[in-house]
Amino acid sequence: MEKPLRIGVLAVQGNFREHAAVLRRLGAEPVEVRLPEQLEGLDGLILPGGESTAITRLMRLYGLDEALRRFEAPVFGTCAGMIVLDRDHLGLADFRVQRNAFGRQVRSFEADLDVCATRPSFRDCEKPLRGIFIRAPWIEDAGPDVEVLAEVDGHAVLARQGRVLVAAFHPELTDDTRIHELFLNLVREASSVRA
Amino acid sequence: MAEYGTMRVKSGLAEMLKGGVIMDVVDADQAKIAEASGAVAVMALERVPADIRRDGGVARMSDPEMIREIQESVSIPVMAKCRIGHFAEAQILQALEIDYIDESEVLTPADLEHHVDKWRFTVPFVCGATNLGEALRRISEGAAMIRTKGEAGTGDIVNAVTHMRSVFGHIRKLKTLAEEELYTEAKNLQAPYDLVRWVAENGKLPVVTFTAGGIATPADAALCMQLGADGVFVGSGIFKSGDPERRAKAIVEATTHFQDAEILARVSAGLGEPMVGISTASLDPSELLESRGW
Repeated sequence: MEKPLRIGVLAVQGNFREHAAVLRRLGAEPVEVRLPEQLEGLDGLILPGGESTAITRLMRLYGLDEALRRFEAPVFGTCAGMIVLDRDHLGLADFRVQRNAFGRQVRSFEADLDVCATRPSFRDCEKPLRGIFIRAPWIEDAGPDVEVLAEVDGHAVLARQGRVLVAAFHPELTDDTRIHELFLNLVREASSVRA
Repeated sequence: MAEYGTMRVKSGLAEMLKGGVIMDVVDADQAKIAEASGAVAVMALERVPADIRRDGGVARMSDPEMIREIQESVSIPVMAKCRIGHFAEAQILQALEIDYIDESEVLTPADLEHHVDKWRFTVPFVCGATNLGEALRRISEGAAMIRTKGEAGTGDIVNAVTHMRSVFGHIRKLKTLAEEELYTEAKNLQAPYDLVRWVAENGKLPVVTFTAGGIATPADAALCMQLGADGVFVGSGIFKSGDPERRAKAIVEATTHFQDAEILARVSAGLGEPMVGISTASLDPSELLESRGW
């Protein structure tokens, strides 16, 4: 049997348990990460939603920020996790994120996303993807290597740059696992290159 | 195309606050300290519970001007309290675009029988509960987050522990019941059968559950997290202590690393004076806030 992929989930604050549950459903082994040494030997890492100010501070306190800059496997950030990856924070992706771009909680929403227009390789892409946006950010000022995979009102909310995948919304709060599958495919590609 | 105020969107914000600390603040300066210390949200109110308890009188929703100042001073979510059953205060808080409304027993109740019909609002609500039946009644009224009540403004953790033991223990018991026993249990809990059944099948409440009331130290926060809380509210415990910033940071770290006793020992050291507590056992039953709510 194929050895399950070991995927870290940053667990300093936020909804890391839901990401871990999706990973388990897809046959991967989730590992909670609170300290730098827990990054060792991971095939990939998810940075979950939460409050980016709290997450940033808790990462810095224990040197997780430096450890993540050295982390070479694929990374998937949702919402606050996307903010942490941007140019102004860890700098692992070439874009800037506008925090709370859609507004306060009364402007939080769910909507169907068209994932076919920009990326035909998405599984069953004719089925819309339900995006849950909670005080959500969007991507601004993306560099040339950033592929935008979905938009809302002309704002990039799902994107990929090499081994980094980011979503402004919360696929872990729905039963649709396609984005996590997309990430695990990135992880498999990267592992086969390294092997 | 976009749908606002769905239950997933309302409970979703609470999901993002998990593993975090929500701090009571009375002005913009305190809010900034809370944010810089790693709070995931602030609760804007005119008086912290310890002062409400000391001053007596009627405690009401805060002045919108003060709430606005706090909203403008931080980027994290801002919550505010309305009185139990006071839907007009809740309407005002929604108009202010507050991120979460706490229908709270810390304020003086406005209705002795009914809580706010929370389904009518786009803004999500958090409500207090002392036991499973109370929690499920609040959820059936549309609460998107629950906090066990504890006894606010005392610095005494004992009631918070009692309420968590009651809620989480009862959930564990539900899981062992036969299907036909769930009907009677729903009757005993005075809660809707469908919710009781959902909890029995899933072994947890359908919404995020924080703990509040009496948390004053990093050890208190770690205790609550180990007992099964998704996160903690700290009211008077921070800004009624000798060194609020240091204590706030320590409680945040303790909430993340609640299972790591070495980290807990380090962050608990040298925090200065904790808030002066009141033993809840010394309170007259009429002084208890936890018994408000029905």
